[in-house]
Amino acid sequence: MKNSTKQGAVMVLGGGIAGVQAALDLAGLGYYVYLVEKKASIGGVMAQLDKTFPTNDCAI
Amino acid sequence: MDLKGEAGNFTATVLKRPRYIDEDKCTACGTCTMYCPKPVVDWYNERLEVTRAPHIDYAQAIPSSYYIDARECLRINHETCNLCAQTCTAGAIDFSQQPKTLELSVGGVVLTPGFGRVDDEVLERFGYGRFPDVVTSLEFERLTCAAGPTEGHIVRPSDETTPKKIAFLQCVGSRDETCGNGFCSSVCCMYAIKEASVAKEHEPDLDISLFFMDIRTMGKGFDAFRQEATKKYGLNIIRARVPKVEEVDGKLALTYVEEDGTSKSDLFDMVVLSVGLTAPEDAQVISERTGIELNKYAFCKTTPGAPLATSVPGIYVAGAFQGPKDIPESVTQASGVAAHISELLKEVRGERAVTVTYPDEDRALCEEEPRIGVFVCHCGVNIAGVVDVKAVRDYAGNLPGVVLYEDTLYSCSQDALKHIAERIKENRLNRVVIAACSPRTHEPLFQETLRSIGLNPALIEMANIRDQCAWVHAQEPEAATEKAKDLVRMAVAKARLLEPLEQPTVDVTPSALVLGGGAAGMAAALSIAEQGYKAVLVEKTKELGGNLRRVTWTVDGEDAKKVLDDLIDRVKKHPDIEIMLGTEVKNVSGYIGNFTTTVERGGNTELINHGIIVVATGGREHRPKGFLYGESDRVLTQLELEERLKRGTSFLRNATRVSMIQCVGSRGNDLNHCSRICCTQAVKNALKLKEKRPELDIYILFRDMRTYGLYEDLYREARTKGIKFIRFDKDSYPQVVKKGRGIAVKVFDKIIGSEIEIPSSYVILSTGIAPGDNEALSQILKAPLTKDGFFLEAHAKLRPVEVAVDGVYLCGLAHGPKGLEDSIAQAQAAAAKACIPLSKGKVAVAPIVSHVDQKKCIGCGICASLCPFNAIEIVKVDKKRKAQTITASCKGCGICASHCPTLAISMGGFTDDAIFAQIHAFGEGIEKEA
Repeated sequence: MKNSTKQGAVMVLGGGIAGVQAALDLAGLGYYVYLVEKKASIGGVMAQLDKTFPTNDCAI
Repeated sequence: MDLKGEAGNFTATVLKRPRYIDEDKCTACGTCTMYCPKPVVDWYNERLEVTRAPHIDYAQAIPSSYYIDARECLRINHETCNLCAQTCTAGAIDFSQQPKTLELSVGGVVLTPGFGRVDDEVLERFGYGRFPDVVTSLEFERLTCAAGPTEGHIVRPSDETTPKKIAFLQCVGSRDETCGNGFCSSVCCMYAIKEASVAKEHEPDLDISLFFMDIRTMGKGFDAFRQEATKKYGLNIIRARVPKVEEVDGKLALTYVEEDGTSKSDLFDMVVLSVGLTAPEDAQVISERTGIELNKYAFCKTTPGAPLATSVPGIYVAGAFQGPKDIPESVTQASGVAAHISELLKEVRGERAVTVTYPDEDRALCEEEPRIGVFVCHCGVNIAGVVDVKAVRDYAGNLPGVVLYEDTLYSCSQDALKHIAERIKENRLNRVVIAACSPRTHEPLFQETLRSIGLNPALIEMANIRDQCAWVHAQEPEAATEKAKDLVRMAVAKARLLEPLEQPTVDVTPSALVLGGGAAGMAAALSIAEQGYKAVLVEKTKELGGNLRRVTWTVDGEDAKKVLDDLIDRVKKHPDIEIMLGTEVKNVSGYIGNFTTTVERGGNTELINHGIIVVATGGREHRPKGFLYGESDRVLTQLELEERLKRGTSFLRNATRVSMIQCVGSRGNDLNHCSRICCTQAVKNALKLKEKRPELDIYILFRDMRTYGLYEDLYREARTKGIKFIRFDKDSYPQVVKKGRGIAVKVFDKIIGSEIEIPSSYVILSTGIAPGDNEALSQILKAPLTKDGFFLEAHAKLRPVEVAVDGVYLCGLAHGPKGLEDSIAQAQAAAAKACIPLSKGKVAVAPIVSHVDQKKCIGCGICASLCPFNAIEIVKVDKKRKAQTITASCKGCGICASHCPTLAISMGGFTDDAIFAQIHAFGEGIEKEA
């Protein structure tokens, strides 16, 4: 169904773990995603972590 | 940045800053960083390291290209230098790039800006900046990281020696109104225990003390891990808030008051500040430009009934901006907002989506004699620093079937992939061997390259000469090179026998089955229906609502009935939701996309066909033993108290004092887990009692007050309103005793140092959340349970609402104890995940699946009994029992193939012939050496 007033794209502001997950799911659901991040790479603070609680899995 | 428009149709203006390095050309070789003369603070490593103006934050960064820090670059700021541009062999440096203003037409907006940093001023109170060996938790994280500035060696910044005694100070910048952060940051207790554990792994002799007020490990399974870690690593847990850090004799001195009131002091070599999370720095800017409302701490304002919706329609929030939270909750919320957007934009689903198309496969080429190409990767110096890559390349040239052999600097870089694709086409290669890194991370990338030029992606084989040669044999370059040759020879032998694999898809029945009609189940069903798919909502009892029926107020003091009635009303009115009350699941068969479920309603059996399943079967209030519960009508559970209060306050007419006991059942008594919500619930109910009867004397007896996040405000309010809190230990639980015609609570008071007796008009027990009857459903679904009896998610952090069985999703108390707000967010997340296959209409089946040769199969059924995914069924073929793979459910684990007594089962991509060829090729090398 064509709907001229609605846009099938989404802007996600912030590319940390929440933003990345939202972008992936939105793309999976059939939307074009603009993932907007201030820094030069995505991943946010999680990318700075060594390990994650409680399993001590590598954060990256 | 600016945002105009309304839900469904916004125009966002964003500024795209230049990277000054062309992403398509950059091979991430690092030459620019090497030559740049300008040192720059390395923010990624928390200022513990310097880098240069052109750099990449970390090796695995995405985009995987370097960029130039424009504030620091000499060329950009002073028109000098230009060394990087001159030394870049890829010609990727481009100083002509300009900032671009982009206008984006979007239907919805998701806010995930994360959290901000606590002001340095707050950290300075604890000596940060003044004493170099006082570090933040994030700095410590970089120190323990093998890829960090010290390569994982824990050293004191002052003299680079290994510390012997480390203290972790909790609640720095959290639970502290003096710095404006009255909330609990919800993650620091966990990461401090993690960092302490990791530190002990690195340096087993370390003496580590952690200073807590309360230990708030309230997440699923967290309490058990805390206990294990504390015991395994011998961590000293001290309950005290350390006010400041001083320096004495070159060491860091901490003075603190213990629970019994005694003052103590101790010296440490290093102090780690467990710094909290605050609202993101640009929260105000985001609020001004989008119009969303913030709460008093500048986090995004939401409600327990709609935790992901901002005050502006069409704009949703997830992650730490919604309030301090950990990774699994952030990931859950992120999926939840995807559901909201998918509801809002269901009519235009797919309109702007880009689909990748591939050329048709060249089947004739595949069937020709193997023409193998071998690409040996340097991975910069990662491989080439140890392995003689050129020698391995030339060795590959002599192997049978190899027609092309090359080495590449970074095989995975965009330009190298393009080059590989061209060389494959030019040489009409039909098998490819990549000798590089791990197929686990990089095989999909190379498979994609093959698909893009019309080759079946199964025709690639990888030899992991990075991990298995360069890394593990870094000290023996010659032996590493020989081993690399062995691996390449084996890979080539296997590659000769690779066969193209089908990439089948199966159609999806576009409807959902939601099990459980509580808040989570209703929210999930509603979201699925709002996204445009049918949902059947199955509830065991005769009415909708579940545990929420018994809750009187939400945590923000609002009427819980309103949330409940609204959910029930919307579910009942929705044309795409079919409600089945008094209905039980008897059997589930099928696989993702095509499930058939047998249910029983009023003695009748019905069949439901559906594409996916959401498990929202809930939990129940735990019924404790002892504490005079059931013996005295003066002893109630928290929910029973709420139900009484709902009816009025007459039961409190002659009451003077109410005592509440926490962790009755939870945390190691009847239930092993922390039930997460009871502390907040107790405080909420105590405040309600105070509101209705201000003269009531109220005690709360607790082990750790776990009023995490913004709920800390309620805890503070309770204390200022005169509610008294007494802490007890696990080995000295309070007792409820009869006292004349009334009752009393006996508890050991640590400050007085003796047992006290609190005569009470009522004793309220926080009894925690027990799992529902999950056992039977777990068997039916083949979905595993945790030790505590809740359903186990597929991955605690990255797949928190999926279970290991494809097409089955999870939310609410069935997953673990949680409050209304978290249940709703999780239900929406489950709905988003569920609607991905529903909206695609088909699911791709992994090509590596088992295949049964039914001529060889003797129908013994061993494979079917061992398959952990229910992916093999026994069928009758010509009246004989034969095994058959349900390819849609098969995960390609190979258990069936390895157990088949007649070798009737083969695995795609790993046929017996290919594996034997690989092993023989290994043997050939040994023979030659001998």
